[in-house]
Amino acid sequence: MNSLIRTTARCLRSVYMPRQAVWSTSARFLCAAADLQKDLGEMVKKDKVVVFMKGTPAQPMCGFSNAVVQILRMHGVDDYASYNVLEDSEFREGVKVFSNWPTIPQVYFSGEFVGGCDILLQMHQNGDLVEELKKLGISSALLEAGKESK
Amino acid sequence: MLPTVLRCLRPVSTSFALSRPLAHFRPHMDPDPSRPVEKSIRTKLTDQLRPEHLEVHNESHMHAVPPGSESHFRVLVVSSQFEGLSLIKRHRLVNEALKEELSSCVHALAIQAKTPEQWGSNPSLAKSPPCMGGSRGDHTVEEKLKAGRE
Repeated sequence: MNSLIRTTARCLRSVYMPRQAVWSTSARFLCAAADLQKDLGEMVKKDKVVVFMKGTPAQPMCGFSNAVVQILRMHGVDDYASYNVLEDSEFREGVKVFSNWPTIPQVYFSGEFVGGCDILLQMHQNGDLVEELKKLGISSALLEAGKESK
Repeated sequence: MLPTVLRCLRPVSTSFALSRPLAHFRPHMDPDPSRPVEKSIRTKLTDQLRPEHLEVHNESHMHAVPPGSESHFRVLVVSSQFEGLSLIKRHRLVNEALKEELSSCVHALAIQAKTPEQWGSNPSLAKSPPCMGGSRGDHTVEEKLKAGRE
């Protein structure tokens, strides 16, 4: 599996690094796939907010991924882990298998799968996102803005 | 609504790295008047979710795919089967109903899943964000388009 490019924007963290295997091709493939699932399990728990997306927050490559970035930005959530699935097709498929979710982007809060763009948008519109961020210990910028306007 | 998100336009960059060589789209393809994928989506959602109201929109023309593609869809499903279910559970029901399409020819699926009461109080179809060109040169999308043609 190709190694992924480490991003440097302030809201990005290190991305998935491949493991080495010395067995036959098929065994190596199965081992790598199982390793990836295990690694994803760790990745989604390592940070409070994790986003699997197309492109990066600085340069999204998909309108739906961009929507997730914009929503998080509106709430003042800049410090989150972002993984670009376009960098590696095996990683991309592994993410879909891990979440049992067929599309990208995918959002995780404290290791729990939240949903994609549609769900995040609805949560933003109905106020649930502010509440869920509060549970993570993150105070939404919209909440702060609301207090200041009173 | 989220006008900033939905109107946001960023420069489209084609300079991202890919792990596989680019495949060429067929230069011209007449739209299939029978729209088999759209019909299949409509049939399956009707059979499995018994919706009071259903809209299936082919949004492929809004994305970087050849004319006549059936790769990007938006569905609005209003069903009493969604009563008491979280957004993610509702979306998983829709994903499950369309798992064959999602694993073959459908690349993107935007979902609105409402109860009849929710639809009654807000009968509106959400708009998809502008495409940022991510499908162009995406090997996975090319495979799905090929699957759709076959």
